[in-house]
Amino acid sequence: MFSFIVKRLAIAVPTLLILVIFSFVLMFAAPGGPFDSERPLPPEVMANVLERYGLDQPYWKQMFDYVKNVVLHFDFGPSFQYRDRTVNDVIAQGFPVTLTYGAWSALVAVIVGVSLGVAAAIRQNTWLDYFAVGITIGAQALPNFVMAPILVLIFTLWLGWLPGGGWNGGQWDHVIMPVIALSTSYMASIARITRSSMLEVMNSNFIRTALAKGLPMRRVIWRHALKPAMLPVISYLGPAMVGMITGSVVVDVAFSTGGIGQFFVNSAFNRDYAVIMGITILVGALTILFNLLVDILYAWIDPKIRY
Amino acid sequence: MTFKTKLLATTAAALIATGGAVWADGHATHPVTGETLASEQSFSYSILDDFPSIDPQFVEDVEGSSVARDLFEGLMVESASGEALPGVAESFEVSEDGLTYTFTLRENAVWSNGDPVVAGDFVYGLQRAADPANASPYSWYIEVMGVENAGAVIAGEMPVEDLGVSAPDDRTVVYTIDAPRPYFPQMLTFPTTFPANRAAVEAGGDNYTDPGNFVSNGAYVLSEYVPGEKLVRVRNESYWNNDATIIDEVTALIINDSNQALTRYLAGEIDLVMDVPAGQFPRLSAEYPGEALSFPSSCSYYYLINHTDSGNPALQDPNVRAALSLAVDRGVIVDNILAGGQKEAYTFTHWAVSGWQTPDIDIASMSQEERNAKAQELMAAAGYGTDGEPLTVEILYNTSDSHRSIAVAIGQMWKQTLGVETELANQEWATYLDTRGEQNYQVARAGWCADYNEPSTYLDLFTSGSSYNDGKFVNEEIDALMAEAKTAEDAMPLYMEVERIASEETAIIPIYHYASVRMKDENLANWPTENFLQNWYSKDLYITAGE
Repeated sequence: MFSFIVKRLAIAVPTLLILVIFSFVLMFAAPGGPFDSERPLPPEVMANVLERYGLDQPYWKQMFDYVKNVVLHFDFGPSFQYRDRTVNDVIAQGFPVTLTYGAWSALVAVIVGVSLGVAAAIRQNTWLDYFAVGITIGAQALPNFVMAPILVLIFTLWLGWLPGGGWNGGQWDHVIMPVIALSTSYMASIARITRSSMLEVMNSNFIRTALAKGLPMRRVIWRHALKPAMLPVISYLGPAMVGMITGSVVVDVAFSTGGIGQFFVNSAFNRDYAVIMGITILVGALTILFNLLVDILYAWIDPKIRY
Repeated sequence: MTFKTKLLATTAAALIATGGAVWADGHATHPVTGETLASEQSFSYSILDDFPSIDPQFVEDVEGSSVARDLFEGLMVESASGEALPGVAESFEVSEDGLTYTFTLRENAVWSNGDPVVAGDFVYGLQRAADPANASPYSWYIEVMGVENAGAVIAGEMPVEDLGVSAPDDRTVVYTIDAPRPYFPQMLTFPTTFPANRAAVEAGGDNYTDPGNFVSNGAYVLSEYVPGEKLVRVRNESYWNNDATIIDEVTALIINDSNQALTRYLAGEIDLVMDVPAGQFPRLSAEYPGEALSFPSSCSYYYLINHTDSGNPALQDPNVRAALSLAVDRGVIVDNILAGGQKEAYTFTHWAVSGWQTPDIDIASMSQEERNAKAQELMAAAGYGTDGEPLTVEILYNTSDSHRSIAVAIGQMWKQTLGVETELANQEWATYLDTRGEQNYQVARAGWCADYNEPSTYLDLFTSGSSYNDGKFVNEEIDALMAEAKTAEDAMPLYMEVERIASEETAIIPIYHYASVRMKDENLANWPTENFLQNWYSKDLYITAGE
């Protein structure tokens, strides 16, 4: 197991490097640059700006210097769009915000989704099952860019219970709506995966054996069925977790959280190369990390898997 | 001979003498209007995008400038209607040839850390903006001001010390400019020219603009900045005219979606929305009279025509260009699509520019039926359209709902009136700018905003040497007129002539002059609706107690 983890982490380095090269090529291929505007800068001003950010260097050198600074100094460079900040500042400020509402969303999605899925599976074809399936289909059909304004309309404008946006250092009443908006569709997917996987497990021989030897239903579900039924949920959770904790531009924009999702999208439009790279690397590293965690969890849950 | 200008001393004196709020019957009242003031003097406003910078020397956007004007004070400030008033300057002198401006600083101006504001701070500020090592994206403004040696200093050919600004003593700043510019004092209200506290800049380093490090000399100091979320500024107790300031705290909320901002305004969370979604104004002004406001904002919306060989060959014919312009029913665009108090444009310069009188040109005084008839006539003469050779024109625009609506409407008008087909090409911002700058288009949507309140801020775009002339329109007469206007005693007739020629040649297709639509709480008083450049100072606002 230990050597497996070491091997996986060793592969992560070239993977990230390929990601960096690929992103650089895509960025340089996109037309326009970070300092283009409807009012083009005079050549002498543009020359100064390009020099300041090293954009006057050949592409290979820009990429080389970038990787060098990241590896040696953990310095992701200055933001081109936000002059007063570095990419490290942008991530240090935005990532904790997305991490907070993303982690809560993951928790809510897993608890509610798994409960709904299990309940629907063990009471298959009853009103509870139809109710759970109905909710999950509804939740998946309602995209969060529609749901977010509706939440604000109901809870802010009509009821006046929750603030319509802002973050305020993560105060609880500012976190509720972003979590609902972000977790709902993940919750629905988890519920559906759990339900079908649970149904399959409940029909398998070892569960029939457990029930036949007279174990109570509750014990069968908790001790025997839930663990194997969670395998497909966990493989879904790997990328889903990354998606949640690296934020959603819809949630960031709708609730003005100041999270990292909006910076990511804005940086692409503004050709803010340094911020694009910084966040791409962050997302890439998290994806690798969570996939590794999923594989470790797999081995723990399923004794048939050996690394 | 030199003459000394005492700047609107009476107004200033009146404000200073009366001071801020006056207490009567246990309620604070406004010193001039006598209105009862609310006990809590703070407000919040929403903006669409985060600030690229709030450092005056590097500010490049409208919202960042508003923050800079609250935190810092230049030699001059603007009145509600946009005239230059004394700020840190007490008075100034202009030399007879109009090339040297000498400003005398007031004695009681201090920085938020207690240092006195001295002439050297202004010299340092301007040098900092021009210094190529700092690469300020707005350093070109110093060139527009005409400060001596600005171009060479920015290009790195001369040291910053050679910039045409100096401080003979602590209370005197002298600017040397390359040509007379009557609006020069007005340009000193712009953040690029603001002072900087050298010790704070050097001590702050990369974190200079953080709250606590950001030493400023304006009516407010930065107290909190959460990028992507909010920026809070609070009263600066050491500001020289602090007694006259009424508002204690101002919060800018960054809300990327204008619909969300509007909802939060209606929920009472925000007092002022800077960007109201397009097309909402008629409904809002009916439902919330007194809160929905529309006022001229300094930009013009137009269609660029590519005059080079890479454009559509038919557009080389002035008759075709004129026909396309005539056939655009601006009334429909302004009243039905935008519906926010915008005005139809037949010339480029915004109608509200100070001292500007829009020249009488035929197209402006015709009815749309007459325009259409004339357009058909011209198009037929050119041999295109309904009975002639088929013509297809491509319209380039950057991704946005309102740009698309306008392009679709114009395409429809051209087809109905002239039988001209259109193709719409939609590109995201940076790609669109690239395409436009390389003249890879036929007709492109464009907008232009004033840098200063004078027609040349628009009309320079018609000159062949302008790097902003993306249509590559060339007219020798216009070039000569604009050169003459630079030194003319009264440039207005020359500007009017430029507009006439541009219209005759259909250099561009002007479409409308912008208006800003805002939602503002009725208790937030004294908002400068008359200020053409939309410059506002929190220190001039106040909050009434309301009903």
